[in-house]
Amino acid sequence: MEFNQPVDSNLFDDAKVVGKPMQRIDGPLKVTGTAPYAYERNDAAPDALYGYPLGAAIGHGRITRMDAEAARSAPGVRAVVTTLEVDPLEKGMNNVARLFGGDEVQHYHQAIAVIVADTFEQARAASAMIEVDYEEGTPADLDLDAAFERVQGTGEPDTLVGDVGAAFRDAAQVIDQMYHTPGESHTMMEPHSSTVDWSDGENMTVWTSNQMINWNHQSIATTFGIDQDRIRVESPYVGGGFGAKLWLRADAVLAALGSRAAGVPVKLALPRPMVMNNTTHRSATVQRIRLAANADGHLTGIWHEAAAYCLPGGRGENATAQTPIFYAGDSRRVKNHVVDMPLPETADMRAPGEASGLMALEIAMDEMAEALDMDPVQFRIVNDTQVDPANPDIPFSDRHFVECLERGAEAFGWSERNTTPGGQRDGDWLIGHGVAGAYRGALVLPSGARAILDGGKLIIETDMTDIGTGSYTILAQTAAETMGMDVADVEMRMANSAYPVSSGSGGQFGAPSSTSGVYAACMALREKIAGNLGIDEASFNGGRVTGGDTDMALSEINEEVSAEDAIQWGDFQQGYAMGTFGAHFVEVGVHAYTGETRVRRMLAVCDAGRIINPITARSQVIGGMVMGVGAALSEDMALDRGRGFFANHDMANYEVAVHADIPEQDVIFLDTLDGVATPLKAKGVGELGLCGVAAAIANGVYNATGVRVRDYPLTMDKFIDRLPAI
Amino acid sequence: MRAFSYEKPADPAAAAARAAEVEGAKFLAGGTNLLDLMKLEIETPLHVIDVNGLGLDEISETEEGGLRVGTLVTNTALSADSRIRRDYPLLTRAIAAGATGQLRNKATTGGNLLQRTRCPYFYDTNMPCNKRAPGSGCGALTEGAFSRQLGVIGTSDACIATHPSDMAVAMRALDAVVETVTPAGMTREIPLEEFHLLPGDTPEDETALMPGELITHVRLPAPVGGTQEYHKVRDRASYAFALVSVALVRQADGSGRVALGGVAPKPWRSDAADAELPNGASAVMSVLLDGARPTEENAFKITLAERTLAAMLKEA
Repeated sequence: MEFNQPVDSNLFDDAKVVGKPMQRIDGPLKVTGTAPYAYERNDAAPDALYGYPLGAAIGHGRITRMDAEAARSAPGVRAVVTTLEVDPLEKGMNNVARLFGGDEVQHYHQAIAVIVADTFEQARAASAMIEVDYEEGTPADLDLDAAFERVQGTGEPDTLVGDVGAAFRDAAQVIDQMYHTPGESHTMMEPHSSTVDWSDGENMTVWTSNQMINWNHQSIATTFGIDQDRIRVESPYVGGGFGAKLWLRADAVLAALGSRAAGVPVKLALPRPMVMNNTTHRSATVQRIRLAANADGHLTGIWHEAAAYCLPGGRGENATAQTPIFYAGDSRRVKNHVVDMPLPETADMRAPGEASGLMALEIAMDEMAEALDMDPVQFRIVNDTQVDPANPDIPFSDRHFVECLERGAEAFGWSERNTTPGGQRDGDWLIGHGVAGAYRGALVLPSGARAILDGGKLIIETDMTDIGTGSYTILAQTAAETMGMDVADVEMRMANSAYPVSSGSGGQFGAPSSTSGVYAACMALREKIAGNLGIDEASFNGGRVTGGDTDMALSEINEEVSAEDAIQWGDFQQGYAMGTFGAHFVEVGVHAYTGETRVRRMLAVCDAGRIINPITARSQVIGGMVMGVGAALSEDMALDRGRGFFANHDMANYEVAVHADIPEQDVIFLDTLDGVATPLKAKGVGELGLCGVAAAIANGVYNATGVRVRDYPLTMDKFIDRLPAI
Repeated sequence: MRAFSYEKPADPAAAAARAAEVEGAKFLAGGTNLLDLMKLEIETPLHVIDVNGLGLDEISETEEGGLRVGTLVTNTALSADSRIRRDYPLLTRAIAAGATGQLRNKATTGGNLLQRTRCPYFYDTNMPCNKRAPGSGCGALTEGAFSRQLGVIGTSDACIATHPSDMAVAMRALDAVVETVTPAGMTREIPLEEFHLLPGDTPEDETALMPGELITHVRLPAPVGGTQEYHKVRDRASYAFALVSVALVRQADGSGRVALGGVAPKPWRSDAADAELPNGASAVMSVLLDGARPTEENAFKITLAERTLAAMLKEA
C-alpha cells in the first residue's frame, strides 16, 4: 500500500477497538514468567550449553598474547574461542567497533573470548583463567570541553538562516550559556542475551533480544559472511531496549561462535558489569546555546553549537536535532560536531538527539523567559511556529504545542505557583515548579505484514518486535478494527525473520509504521476475500462480510485466505514537517541544607496524533518520565579519563531512578489526529515522554533555589555551595 | 566463582578453630556481600564455613541494661525489634536506610560489619586495588580516576575506600562492642571504635579480628536516651550507598554524639568532636573532619557533612 496523500476519513474514524484502552495481550505470559525470553528458550533449545564472555581489560591497544589452556581444561568446559583465533569479523549494520576477532582492542570490555561449558558457573570460572597480555595504546585526550573549544566555530553550519549576527547585535535580551549532559547507559532490565544454534556450522537459528529483526538478520549474515537464507532470527520477547538492542551485539556473535565450536546450541547473556562498556551508550554532550529576543518576547536569533564523541566512523549524539524546527525565530545557526575518541561505542538511546538537546535548550528558554520577565509558558507560546522556520513553505502536518502548554498549565495549577526563586518552603524543603517543551520527530519506516484468515481466526505475521511497548496489543487492535473482528479472534505472530519485514522498534517509529503495515495487509486480505466472494463493495463488521447479496460470517469461510502487503510512504510527506509535541510540568523539592532533590509531582501533556491504546501509550510516557528523572538527577556514566573506560559499570553505581524517586505522574493525551502521518492518523509517543523532562526538573530546581545548574545530572555537589542561606 | 569446599560446623568455637586451621577459609552468613564478591572473583575462598545454624540469632537483655545481639540476627529482625525501636531508634533508622527489604531479610549483624567497600576499583578485577590485590596500587588515586563516592578522611595514599555500612555508623554512635570467639575458644571483646582499621599501607587488613576469629554478638550498652536521628544523603531516594550519612544522638542539654558514614574507611566519630556539639555543626565538623584529604571530585562531602548536621540541629 502506497500512502500517497493525507488521509481524510477512513474506518478508524469510527473505531470500536483502536483508540480504546486495552490491557496488553501478552501481560499474562509476562506476569506468570512464561514468556520465553532469549536466554530462557528451553522450549526451543533444551540442550543449550552456557556461554560466558571475556572482555578486554584496557581502554584501547593491542593483545600480544592469550593463554587459554587452563580454561580449556577446566571442569565442564566444552570450547573456548579467543579473539586471536578468529580473523576480524566484518561489521554489521551500524556497528562501529568490531564485535570480535583480531588483536586490536578498541574499547574497554570489548569481547575477546567466549567460553562454553556445561554450567554457567563453570563457564564463568573458566573465563577468569584466561591470561591476556596487552600493549596499551597511546593515552588519548578524552576532554570533551577542550575538544569543543577546538572545534567551536569551525565547519559549515548544519542550518543557517537569516542574519544571526545582526539578531544578536540588535536584541533586547541575549542568553549565552554552556550546558553539559553526561554519557547515559540504557540500563534496560534484560541485558543483551541470545541463544544460538549453529552447531553444524551451516544453518543458524538465533533466539535473541533485539529490537530490529531484519537489521539483525542482515548483520549476522554480514558478520559471518554467510547467506541470509541460512539464518533465522527470533525475538518474540524483549526485556527493554531503549536503543541498546537496535544493532547486532556481542551476545549473539559469541553465542554463535561458541555454538559452532562446541557443536551444540549455546546461550549467552552479557554480565551486567560488562553491558555499559561492551555495548553502546548515549554520548555525553557539550552545548553552547545563544538566544536573542526582542522586547515583546519573540526569538530573533537561535544559535546552538554542540559536540559529542564517538569512535572513528561513528555518529555520536546530535544534541541540536530539535533546534532547527522547534521554535520560531528569524535567524538561526546550528552546528553539531562529532569528535573521535577511543571510548566505548556511542549510538542511539531513546530519543537520540532531542533527549540531550532539550535538556539544554529548555533551560535556555527558561533563562530567556526570566530575562524578558515573561512567564515561561507564555514565552514558549509566543514562539510557537506552524511551519518549518527555515522553509516557511513547509507546514507542520499537525502541531498543537500551544494547546499542550495551555492544557498542562491549567491542569497543573501553574498560575498558582510561586514565581520568586527560593520563595517557597515546606519544612526543610525548598519547593519549585518547572516547565519544559517537548519535541520529537515523527519518523515512519516501511513496514510489512501478512494477514491470514483461517476458520474465523485472523493470524497476523510480521517481524515487528514488542520491546515492552505493547506492539502485540496495538497490532491486534489494528487488525481487529480493519477486519471488523474481535481482538480475541486475532493471533499475533511476531519478531521472526520468517515473517514479512516490518519497521521494527526504535525511534518511536514502531507503532505508527507497524500498525500501518498491518492495516495494509488486512486491507489486502479484505480485497482478496471480497474477490473470492465476488463482492464489489464489501464491508467487514461484527465478524461478518457483507455486500451485494452476501452476508456471511468470516468463520464460514472454510478455505484459508492469506494476503501480504507493506506500507510504503509517499513523497508527499516531504512537503510537511512531522513531529510530536508535548509539555512537561514538575514540582520539585530541594533540601535547603543538603541539596538533595526529589520530584514531587509530574504532568505530561502529549500531542502525538491518535493514541492507539491509552493504556500502553500511557505506560510509554510515564516510563519516559521516569527515565527523565534519572537523567535529571542521577544518571551519569563516570569516565575514568586516565584509563578511558566508564568506571561505574553496574546498577549499584550507575543510578537510575528507583520507585522511591517517582511521585504521582499524570499524562494527558490531546485528542489529535494527523492524517499526513499515517493511515491511522497516529504518531509515536514512546520517546516524546522523555523529551524535556530533565529540563523541566532543572527549571524547577532553579525556581526552588534561585540556583541555575546547567550541568547534568543535578547532583548536590554541583550547587551545594550556591544554595541560599538557610 | 572458584570451586570451594564447604562445611557447616556445630558450634562457634569449632567454627573459629576450623577457620584458622583450613587454608583460605571464609565464614558465610547471609551471603549478601560475600556471594557477590565470589561471583566476581574478588573473594576467592578455598573453603566456606557456613555459620548459619550456630544459633546466635537472639537478642537478649544484659545485666548492665543493654542488649546483646546475636551475630546472625538479620538486619530486618534487628531494626524491627521493639526494644531496639524504643531504646535505640538510631539503629532502626540507620538499618532501614540501607539496602533493600530483600537484602535486609538476609543480611546479618556480624556480616554487615564485615561487608567490603563498594569502591568501583575494588569491584573491577581488571583495575589496580591495594585492598583486593595488595601492592597493585590504588585505581581511584590516579589522574582522571572516578572518586566521587570515596573517602575524604582516614584514608591513605594506598586506599581511599569507604566502609559502606549504615548500621555500623549507628552502632559506633551507640558505643557498641563486638564480642568474638577466637580459634583457641576464648572470648574477646572489641569496642566498635577499634574494630575497623584505617588502611595505612595495608588496606587489605580491614578489622581487628585475628585469622579465624568469629563475631558472636554485638553488645549495645544501656540506652543513652536523647533524640536520635540518622540522615543518609544520596543522589536517589533509595537503594544507594551514602554520599554522607550522619548519626546523631542529642540530649536536652545540647550535648550528644555524632558519627559519620560515607566519608571514611570506618564509621567516623571522635570524642573531641562530640564535645563541640553544643557549639553547632560547623564546630563539630571542624574537629571531626580536621585533616581531611578529599579528592577534587569528593571535596563536596566536607560541606555536605556540615550542612547535613546543621539540618538535623535545625540551625538557621
